[in-house]
Amino acid sequence: MTHAENLPAWAALLVALLVLAGAGLTLIGAIGTLRFRSFFERVHAPTLGTSWGTGAIVLASMILFSVLGSRPVLYEILIGVFISITTPVTLMLLARAALYRDRSEGGSEEPPDHLADTPDGR
Amino acid sequence: MRRILPYPVLTASLVIVWMLLNAFSLGHFLLGLVVAIGASRAMMQLEPSKPRLRRWQLIPYLCGIVLLDIARSNIAVATIILQGGRRGRTAGFVSIPLDLRDRTGLAVLACIVTSTPGTAWVEYNSASGVLLIHVLDLVDEQEWIDLIKTRYEATLREIFE
Repeated sequence: MTHAENLPAWAALLVALLVLAGAGLTLIGAIGTLRFRSFFERVHAPTLGTSWGTGAIVLASMILFSVLGSRPVLYEILIGVFISITTPVTLMLLARAALYRDRSEGGSEEPPDHLADTPDGR
Repeated sequence: MRRILPYPVLTASLVIVWMLLNAFSLGHFLLGLVVAIGASRAMMQLEPSKPRLRRWQLIPYLCGIVLLDIARSNIAVATIILQGGRRGRTAGFVSIPLDLRDRTGLAVLACIVTSTPGTAWVEYNSASGVLLIHVLDLVDEQEWIDLIKTRYEATLREIFE
């Protein structure tokens, strides 16, 4: 991993830009989580990190190791795939818990309830 | 053929994952094949409903527009966060009546809606087919309904139904 000096300039530049973009998006997502006021607004901020935040870093890693190893390194794609198919699970669990809380407490931002008119709807 | 390979797509994906993680060689292909066939036979014991792919040619197209939309909304949400303050932005819930009933299609739609910053899948009522999403920057409800229905749902229905 210490052969970075063998990297051609264009690749180094591209990798640096992608890593910066990915890390920057993830940081902005973290700031957003702090700044937003309600639960449902907060839920949106970390998706910056799980979408192109991850995507850019994964892409940078693929370019870096493909150029250094002079053969395509693609297994990082799996990281992206698994992150994007597993985030909905966590999000839905959290969202349903928050829905239940808001509906039972009757908060100011109460979400519309479709289940109310269908007693067995689920 | 059906008895040996009950889930051809699953088996093929497992072989590809195995070779991506190890190496593209004949040895790993054979080893991965054994693992994948074993896993898909174990899957058969669980008997999940088998998704039918009707028009798989549309999958690359769908991936393309999703990646593009995610990139676009990444920029939009990052701008909202960096601007701070509230500047008249309203977040809110949108109810979308869906015609898509296929479980795999709905799962893919959930992945798309969730991975797009600015929209979050909140609740789906399978009895009425109404999906509730939360939108960070809600200007026009109808616009979001049209976006989900024409851009993703129509394509997903063509692929899975």
